[in-house]
Amino acid sequence: MTLNPSGWRPEAPQGGTADAPTFTGNRALMLEEPLIFEIGATDTTGVDFALTPAANGSRLAGLERAAPIGLPGLSEPEAVRHYTRLSRQNYAIDLGLFPLGSCTMKHNPRLNEKVARMPGFADVHPLQPVDTVQGALEVINELAVWLIALTGMHGVAMTPKAGAHGELCGILCIKAALEARGEGHRKVILVPESAHGTNPATAAFAGYAVEDIPATAEGRVDLAALKARLGPDVAAVMITNPNTCGLFERDMKAISDAVHAVGGYVYCDGANFNAIVGRVRPGDLGIDAMHINLHKTFSTPHGGGGPGSGPVVLSEALSPYGPLPFTARMADGHVRLIEEENAGEEHPHSFGRMTAFHGQMGMFTRALTYILSHGADGLRQVAEDAVLNANYILRSLEGTLDAPFAAAGPCMHEAIFSDAGLAEGFSTIDIAKALIDEGYHPMTMYFPLVVHGAMLIEPTETESKATLDQFIGALKSVAERAKAGDPALKSAPHFAPRRRLDETLAARKPVLVWKEPTLAEAAE
Amino acid sequence: MRYLPLTQHDRETMLATIGASSIDDLFADVPAGTQLDGPIPGLPIHASELAVERHMAKLARKNLAAGDAPFFLGCGAYRHHVPASVDHLIQRGEYLTAYTPYQPEIAQGTLQMLFEFQTQVARLLGTDVANASMYDGSTACWEAIVMARRVTRRAKAVLSSGLHPHYVSVATTMAKFTGDVLETALPTLAPEPDTASLIDRIDDDTSCVVVQYPDILGRIADLSELAAACHAKKALLVAVVTEPVALGLLKSPGEMGADIVVGEGQSIGVGLQFGGPYVGLFGCSEKLVRQMPGRLCGETQDADGKRGFVLTLSTREQHIRREKATSNICTNSGLCALAFSIHMTLLGEAGLRQLAAVNHAGASAAADRLATVPGVELVTPSFFNEFTLRLNKEARPVVRQLADSDILAGVSLGRLYPGAADLENGLVVAVTETTTTEDVAVLADALTEVLA
Repeated sequence: MTLNPSGWRPEAPQGGTADAPTFTGNRALMLEEPLIFEIGATDTTGVDFALTPAANGSRLAGLERAAPIGLPGLSEPEAVRHYTRLSRQNYAIDLGLFPLGSCTMKHNPRLNEKVARMPGFADVHPLQPVDTVQGALEVINELAVWLIALTGMHGVAMTPKAGAHGELCGILCIKAALEARGEGHRKVILVPESAHGTNPATAAFAGYAVEDIPATAEGRVDLAALKARLGPDVAAVMITNPNTCGLFERDMKAISDAVHAVGGYVYCDGANFNAIVGRVRPGDLGIDAMHINLHKTFSTPHGGGGPGSGPVVLSEALSPYGPLPFTARMADGHVRLIEEENAGEEHPHSFGRMTAFHGQMGMFTRALTYILSHGADGLRQVAEDAVLNANYILRSLEGTLDAPFAAAGPCMHEAIFSDAGLAEGFSTIDIAKALIDEGYHPMTMYFPLVVHGAMLIEPTETESKATLDQFIGALKSVAERAKAGDPALKSAPHFAPRRRLDETLAARKPVLVWKEPTLAEAAE
Repeated sequence: MRYLPLTQHDRETMLATIGASSIDDLFADVPAGTQLDGPIPGLPIHASELAVERHMAKLARKNLAAGDAPFFLGCGAYRHHVPASVDHLIQRGEYLTAYTPYQPEIAQGTLQMLFEFQTQVARLLGTDVANASMYDGSTACWEAIVMARRVTRRAKAVLSSGLHPHYVSVATTMAKFTGDVLETALPTLAPEPDTASLIDRIDDDTSCVVVQYPDILGRIADLSELAAACHAKKALLVAVVTEPVALGLLKSPGEMGADIVVGEGQSIGVGLQFGGPYVGLFGCSEKLVRQMPGRLCGETQDADGKRGFVLTLSTREQHIRREKATSNICTNSGLCALAFSIHMTLLGEAGLRQLAAVNHAGASAAADRLATVPGVELVTPSFFNEFTLRLNKEARPVVRQLADSDILAGVSLGRLYPGAADLENGLVVAVTETTTTEDVAVLADALTEVLA
């Protein structure tokens, strides 16, 4: 049955900056694609089944579905074409430089994908008897050993599902440790203004009051102001290091010492670990907890927004409170799974379970594969090349764009610029959208909040010099046009599958699911 | 090193442009005492693709893959056949290596897919709207409880004894820190779910009742009466679905009055993967949408008037609202949502119904066969593709013993509820389209032997 009896489809687009319209609305390889609801039918399927065995009567408690569900089907060739056409409307690392600051969009090696799909990893149930999944538990354990060694920490919680989930894990460890000390009354977490939004959101979710820490003129935590605020009500500080301005917090050890001196803990947002992996161990800086985004530093794919994976390394003080389950390797090489039932003896202070099962196993196999490919020497080279590439961009562009912290010294893995010096009425978004026309994904824009019109550029180590040179040329050209007030920038992008989209309209009249047009029209 | 394009010559040229004499100059802000002067000792150095693949393959071979054994495990993760085209399509670099679609002009592929996904999920769950996915079912369940607290301004949630124990455990952990009050209970090996007891426990302080459908033992309850009882006390009904294929045959929770429906979408398109990554489903009624956690994709127009899609209502989210956000969640489970959506599109309504019918018929036949084994009793008169058996002895050692002969017999309730003596003889058995009649015969024979 067709779901779209009216036959309505989006009209062939007219006008725009391009010249002659086409009959189909397509432009050669730029192909328009309707929604599955507009092209599929409920009686079409792309999956064949062996004959249904005769049912011995239904045992569904009389709750059989009667009404249609409204799910369109496509045959396999139609489905392959639909999703392939859609895919071509996406930018991706595989297509070019993806300079999103704080996101570490590096190359995703395909060996990782191959390994994750080995049946021994991909086709294993999380509740199988542990003797039948020793290889899987070894992967978790081996990755845990690497993460501990690379960070110089005492323990690691592997189960958090993503970076923000890891932050929550770290903050809950801190809360559990404080409560164990009888200091559950500490209710404040200090967060720099430049922090990712997840930091204050996590602290609030865990029931803490959030207070800002000011930054110095050179973009780092103001140590004196921080010290002045520290006191017996402070549970923790959350610091990102390197920070979101791309700078190493030189005073990190002093910050940690000051926080510890008043009985608080130090949480480090490890989103930018790629800048220092193999060269600096957070454990040497007095950090108590830090999440590691496996989808950033350790190259598991971002997948258009996830899945992520956010293991949290923990100091000796916090390790006893880490979540269940976790693995432990015995002297005989056997790997045990410590869950609720045996936690009593092995891990009595754990704050509990954060997720069903054992965490993002499919990400662990990929990350371990990546780590073993690089080894200790290669990971150090990763950090060095990432920092070299970012500084090359910083120094190549500082004459063109305002670089607020460039005079004070080198950056780490990302370079930050402001929108100062652009023509009246022009801002970062115009540069970003013009970069789309140049064939690039824009940099992170308007973040961190401490730099006006921030443009945060993180090239990563997997870009060649030639790629960087072309990007620098493109950004220089666009920036010069923005400084000159070229009106064409205001309407960029011109060559993308869509022009600028009306986000206000989307939020004012939310259309979150497809409805049959006839019904939608009737509702108006 | 194969993933690093810079040559030594490039590095020198670039250092010269920067005006640095060596790479160490660029790390000058790191205090000298905290810098490592070489690769961390004791760790292996880089390895060839071949060597790494060998190492990982060796670890993979130490696991007994589900496909290599008669396999009957479920309880929140199900083995279904995923069409080859699903895995092919999600490995296209344009999906695999894209970022969150914050630049919508060059992310319409991901955005349109998410809009389609949201619609498919909402229709399947029977809700007005659905979001662009959560981490997994267990975290989505906790987020639903917190959302119910925000909506009702009440902090007591009543959790069904049939809710997956890991989901209960996640909620219990979080509630310790947030001050939410949870009423929980252990299940019993009874034929019927605990609907009546849930209705009795709803009072004026109740924010929501959380019920799993079908429940952890596989039982199916009509939610209509429970929904009415919740609504009479101005509480919300949160329904949890861990096996979405069931909704090919069963009435949706939304249809029966659930206000929030969350689920684990792994069954459709996503493999077992030892527990993750999976994909959390989250649907609710239209009037609750501004209290929803997670990313939402919405339809809009571009400057030329063409239809397009963007992430929307982001004033609920952490990157805008910071400490006032509805949740700290940032990441969704985008690629798994894509796999779900592609598989669902390949199935279509007709295919989903047939898949569900095959599952139910297979499970029904298996339940009848296994119930003939001496020492085995079928506990659950109603079920979809998963049912509970009571054995004449503790089930957990039986499962371990059968695993030694490469039979993965199911999930013993002793594994899920260690120490609960009343449950220790319980065995939950799942049967899907991947289970053959030979598999069932092997399990029946093996049980006959060990239970004699």
